[in-house]
Amino acid sequence: MTATGHRPAGPAAKHYLNDGYGVASWLLTTDHKRIALLYLASVTVMFALGGMFAIFVRLELLTPAGDLMQAETYNKMFTMHGILMVFFFLIPAVPAVLGNFLIPLMIGAKDLAFPRINLLSWYIFVLGGLFSLYAMITGGIDTGWTFYTPYSTAWSNTNVVPTALGIFITGFSSILTGLNFMATIHRMRAPGLTWFRLPLFVWAHYATSIIMILGTPVLAITIVLVALDRIAKFGIFDPAVGGDPVLFQHLFWFYSHPAVYIMILPSMGVISELVACFAKKRVFGYAFVAFSSLAIALVGFLVWGHHMFVSGQSVYASMVFSILSFLVAIPSAVKVFNWTATLHKGRISFETPMLYVFGFIGLFTIGGLTGLFLASLGVDVHVHDTYFIVAHFHYIMVGGVIMGYLGGLHFWWPKITGRMYPEGWGRFAALVIFIGFNLTFFPQFVLGYLGMPRRYHAYPEEFQVLNVMSTAGASILGVGYLIPLAYMIWSMRYGKVAPANPWGAKGLEWETESPPPKHNFEQIPEVTEEAYHYNARPAGAPHG
Amino acid sequence: MRAQPGPRMADTRQVLWHHFQSLEHQKETSALGMWIFLVTEILFFGGMFVCYVVYRTAYPDAWLSGSATLDVRLGAINTAVLIGSSLTMALAVHAAQAGQRRLLVAMLLLTMALGGVFLGIKGVEYHHKWVESLIPGPGFDFHGHGAGVTGVQLFFALYFALTGMHALHLVIGMGLMANLVRQGTAGRFDAAYYTPVEMVGLYWHFVDIVWIFLFPLLYLLGRH
Repeated sequence: MTATGHRPAGPAAKHYLNDGYGVASWLLTTDHKRIALLYLASVTVMFALGGMFAIFVRLELLTPAGDLMQAETYNKMFTMHGILMVFFFLIPAVPAVLGNFLIPLMIGAKDLAFPRINLLSWYIFVLGGLFSLYAMITGGIDTGWTFYTPYSTAWSNTNVVPTALGIFITGFSSILTGLNFMATIHRMRAPGLTWFRLPLFVWAHYATSIIMILGTPVLAITIVLVALDRIAKFGIFDPAVGGDPVLFQHLFWFYSHPAVYIMILPSMGVISELVACFAKKRVFGYAFVAFSSLAIALVGFLVWGHHMFVSGQSVYASMVFSILSFLVAIPSAVKVFNWTATLHKGRISFETPMLYVFGFIGLFTIGGLTGLFLASLGVDVHVHDTYFIVAHFHYIMVGGVIMGYLGGLHFWWPKITGRMYPEGWGRFAALVIFIGFNLTFFPQFVLGYLGMPRRYHAYPEEFQVLNVMSTAGASILGVGYLIPLAYMIWSMRYGKVAPANPWGAKGLEWETESPPPKHNFEQIPEVTEEAYHYNARPAGAPHG
Repeated sequence: MRAQPGPRMADTRQVLWHHFQSLEHQKETSALGMWIFLVTEILFFGGMFVCYVVYRTAYPDAWLSGSATLDVRLGAINTAVLIGSSLTMALAVHAAQAGQRRLLVAMLLLTMALGGVFLGIKGVEYHHKWVESLIPGPGFDFHGHGAGVTGVQLFFALYFALTGMHALHLVIGMGLMANLVRQGTAGRFDAAYYTPVEMVGLYWHFVDIVWIFLFPLLYLLGRH
């Protein structure tokens, strides 16, 4: 480290960041903390690219006429926005960055169970990303991120196969990460760290890993079948030889609906950590929050048919899927209620991460409740394929993930880099993002309810005001993302030097230094107390 | 968990990773990881089995007439070959456990050879389908086998997808074994450390089991 900070006198402590500076020491590392930073850089690049495509979408929708680009170009823009954001940012962001960094630290292990597989999963991620980027640079793809057949197999003249291959490859990165987390959580916990002493972040990642390993392979084989249909004309989803396009939708959503929970569950884990720390209280109903993650993972696998209410699915199947979709709201609500109950009589402080917690709860509640509209068969028929859907899933997926991801990144930034971010800027950016997000996506609920369909580059004039609001919000949101990017990079060099535990937080990751030594702990810790053993009340008084 | 002695050297390389307490701990963790991986493999093939079930239910006649074109004799021989390879693989694991290095290498090579025989026979079957214009796609033509039946192309699409994926797994398994042969010859495995052999063994048995399902589902329809 340079001498700009105020390190205590004496020789600089050895930690994972100053243990080697060469390119090989990063690209060939098996240290989960360094791999997390490799992921951090990669998903940031992907997020920026995905955001760039979103800018084009919002610019086109500023005016009712399709005047900025042709319909085909517009189709490519929203497709590539969706693919980059879903597969290369939302799915990996929290688990591959924060999960990778924190799970071994939180459970008192020196590394993940399979360090080399962890590195491999990053390389696979990069390879998949390069394939998809290649496809985009050489002409793009216009099928929507959902690849619906037979358009994707027979009619689209764009780069379906290279893009699909990129997603196929990236899927294995997800599978290996899930596998690694699962084995690690089962086998690498420190002595005394029983399952019910685990931080809820770890529970959430365990549930996420279940979805990753059970869902992702199904997407992989589905992509293979689409590629066989497209390249060799196998016809598995081609009605001309008896194939069933709806079968494709079943297989696709069998992964892609649970994928939403891959995105949101890790974020929920982050929120549990933050809410406990900034209310200085044990999370209310710990066991319920832990099991609600598993419940979401399991029930989440049984609701995929709600994407197909208008696809010619049998009405009885639709009724079952509708009921199950309502059921999945229960564990989600358990979490929200328990977080708010945690605040009760807590010693609450409003640092940046806590602002993101409030942001998360607000956005997730709106997104979740509108999900109930969509689970109702009648309402869904009205708003299907409208901007109502677009608004709903952005509230859940983007609102949920971004709030959890940025909240977590701020919270653990001192641990990751050994430096504090500037608090004032942090709070300001959190506010800007929250305002920008709502201004972008809330008007889309109204647009959708009024009947504006998604995926068109032109629209009737009466929708313009709301679209202008949305585009304006997107500009604010974009600025909101740039602020943390700037001050976090700045803080790596000029930020205040962070102590080992700047927040007075509980958890093994705060018991080691900031940044942690290469092997995480000088000595493997022994765990003797519950998670979140905070004293919300004066010493001596019983705590909840 | 400290029953094992400290870091073991089976070769010049250390085989115990720093973050495990003991070789036993490391081996059990690897086994858990391998089983989780096999779960993902089940789901991977599961997607195709779902298609199989859906289309077989929709087109039972097409499935019968498609299945009738497959060579049960070759399929049965291949089943025997693959079960035999599972036996030799199990013997390889046993040899590694007992520290019998030469037997280990011999059994691995034998397993690879049986895998090769399987792929060879599979290749012959694929060639027959090629000659008979039964490769799904624009050139697909079932008229040589009686009147065209709706959905029969789907049978062959899934036949090739399933057996092709299975064959790919076999090739990967043989590659892994080639690596084991190299390491085994160099004396990397002994009674205390043979985890990779056991893991590849698990994988190979899984690939074998997939075929145990494929053979009746594809070849034996309507032959009861």
